[in-house]
Amino acid sequence: MKFQGKQKVDPAIPLSSLPDIVFLLLIFFMVSSVFKEFQGLPVTLPHARKIEKLQGKRDIAYLWISEDGEVSIDDRICRISDVSRIMYQKRLDPMHPLKLVSMKIDQGTEMGIVTDVQEELREADALNINYSAKPVY
Amino acid sequence: MLLEKKKSRSNSDIPMASLADIAFLLLIFFLVTTTIDVDRGIGLSLPAKGEETEVRTKNITNLLINAQGEVLLDNEVIAINEIARRIEQKIQENPNLIVSVKTDRITKYDVYIQVLDELKIAKATRISIAEPTG
Repeated sequence: MKFQGKQKVDPAIPLSSLPDIVFLLLIFFMVSSVFKEFQGLPVTLPHARKIEKLQGKRDIAYLWISEDGEVSIDDRICRISDVSRIMYQKRLDPMHPLKLVSMKIDQGTEMGIVTDVQEELREADALNINYSAKPVY
Repeated sequence: MLLEKKKSRSNSDIPMASLADIAFLLLIFFLVTTTIDVDRGIGLSLPAKGEETEVRTKNITNLLINAQGEVLLDNEVIAINEIARRIEQKIQENPNLIVSVKTDRITKYDVYIQVLDELKIAKATRISIAEPTG
């Protein structure tokens, strides 16, 4: 009985489509990457256990409150009385209407300041907030 | 005079061999610069301005936090890590319970977040933030 000879397969991986694959990956990362936009104020975030992730990064305003009561919105330091005006303008932005305010507040901040800022947010009808916190390990 | 006709002809093709290398370089750059760390925190919806509803007193539990970070629940000082258990019990007894959190103006934010965290663990969805005193 005669065995059929094995068919010879070319062992080389075809490399001609490699640039296409790489470009595809490249475009994916270019589109999906959001550069870190803000420096913020130096804050030590509090720790919490029951925390949730923020969906998306694009329609969020970042509000920092440092330990000594300085308030900064998207890297611009402002007075507490200006918060409602700035937030109201952000809500009217036709391209990216404000959906959520992420509050990055130092753990040593006094609650009086936090409540004052929250009252300003209510004034501007920016009602969805998120207290940034670090997970407990 | 004889003009030199012979132009040195260079190849007009763009070399494609290094294309993959350039693409890889860009790819690695974007891979490195992409920030994957997501923001995490405790979500809360503030009440709209002028939206004040009257609630029956039996549906309200007051949770007071003083300037020293001590928590008072039903006129009784309790530890922060006990809040979740106590509130969960109360919600089982009365599903319409509203937890009203009231702080002092000089209470530290850290304590407030710990209390909110405990309330979230107790699955308390009806939370009211009262104006601070002091």
